[in-house]
Order: sequence, then structure tokens, then C-alpha cells
Amino acid sequence: MSFSIAVQTLDFDVGREYAELITDDTTAGAVVFFVGRVRDMNYAQAVKRMSLEYYPGMTETVLQQILDEAKKRWELIAGRVVHRVGDLHAGEQIVFVGVSSAHREHAFQAAEFLMDFLKTRAPFWKKETNINGAEKWVDANENDQQRASRWE
Amino acid sequence: MIRVVFLAQLREQLKTEEVLIQAAGIDSIALLKQYLILQNPEWEKFLCNSKLLVAINHAYAKGDAAIRPGDEVAFFPPVTGG
Repeated sequence: MSFSIAVQTLDFDVGREYAELITDDTTAGAVVFFVGRVRDMNYAQAVKRMSLEYYPGMTETVLQQILDEAKKRWELIAGRVVHRVGDLHAGEQIVFVGVSSAHREHAFQAAEFLMDFLKTRAPFWKKETNINGAEKWVDANENDQQRASRWE
Repeated sequence: MIRVVFLAQLREQLKTEEVLIQAAGIDSIALLKQYLILQNPEWEKFLCNSKLLVAINHAYAKGDAAIRPGDEVAFFPPVTGG
């Protein structure tokens, strides 16, 4: 089974990602996935759209490293991370993280680990545009850092 | 030669995406920062931000890490993906 990542401007199809995660496999009794979307409010500011920047080369490398780390820590059968970049509007999908395992606790924990590490390690930056047209770079969240440190 | 790239908000603050450094003797991130600030004094307040992250050849590095000719060094703000 595969452990793959993708950084892309195109939207992803959750159904297809799930189908590919379980293709030709009957051992995975548990599949957990997470989808992150563009929220229309952030710190009481109405967000119209956001632009996602990344560091080509490093971003892909870090995502694959995080996925490989999850594979080492839990008994996983397959894993997939898809992250979008470019201009996204409120309500659009940003990120997909999916893992399969024989056991649900491994799948739940690995999915949470992947998101926590992705948020604090993977080189992506969000710039929001509010409904008045003002642009603002999103500040890193202390809480995300604390969540990620649980797995150290 | 060392290639230095600036990303996201830092790129906008410095109004610079990339610089190529030819100067001899710049063998650490700390020296590279000093050199960049010497060339562009207005960059100091942005490059001395303690939250800034550094990568050498696409891997995270510490502020005192060694660098060699041919390396690609990146400076960027804390990440906000997901």
C-alpha cells in the first residue's frame, strides 16, 4: 500500500482519495480522514478568500517526512496527504489527511499527529483577504505548537 | 555561491525574493545574516526576528548552522498551513 503526498492548486475529491486509500486491501479495518476547509471567519474577521503560498521542493519533502514518521510510530497500511495552494475561497477544501490501519486507535492517532505536525512544520503560509478587500498574513497559532509538542 | 530565498511575509517586507551571494568566508547562517544586514541595513528588524525559521537545502536548520557554497538557504516566518 502507498504513502503519498500531493501539493496542488486543483481541488481534491474525498471519495476518490478514500477509494484509493483502500484499493486492493482487505486488512484495513479502520480508515480515518480529516478535511480542512477555508473558514469564513477567523479571529472575528470575515474572510472572503485566502492565498496559500508554499516553498516548492521543501514543502513536499517535509510532508513526505511527516508521513514517513507516522508510518514508523503507528501500524498503518496506507497514508495520504493532499494540500492545496494558490487562491481559495471561503468554504473550499484546503487539506486532506487520510490513514488506514487494522486498528482504529492507530488510525485516529496517526491522523491527528499528521495534522498537528503539518500545521507546525510544513512550509505553507496563508494570506487572508477580508470582505473589505484588506489583506493580512495569518499569524501562527501558539495552540497548534502546543498540540504538536504532545507528540515529541 | 550561496542562493538565499525569502518567503511569504518576509519576502514582502524585504521586497526581495532571492539573492545570490558570492562573498567568500560566509560559512554559517549567523554570518550570512550579518552580511545581508550590512548590505541592506533596513533588513535588520525583519531578519533579527527571533521567530524567523531557517532552512538549508530544504531541511530545517538552526541559526548557527554551517553553510557551504552551492547551498540554498531559506528564511521564512512561522508556518500557517493546514
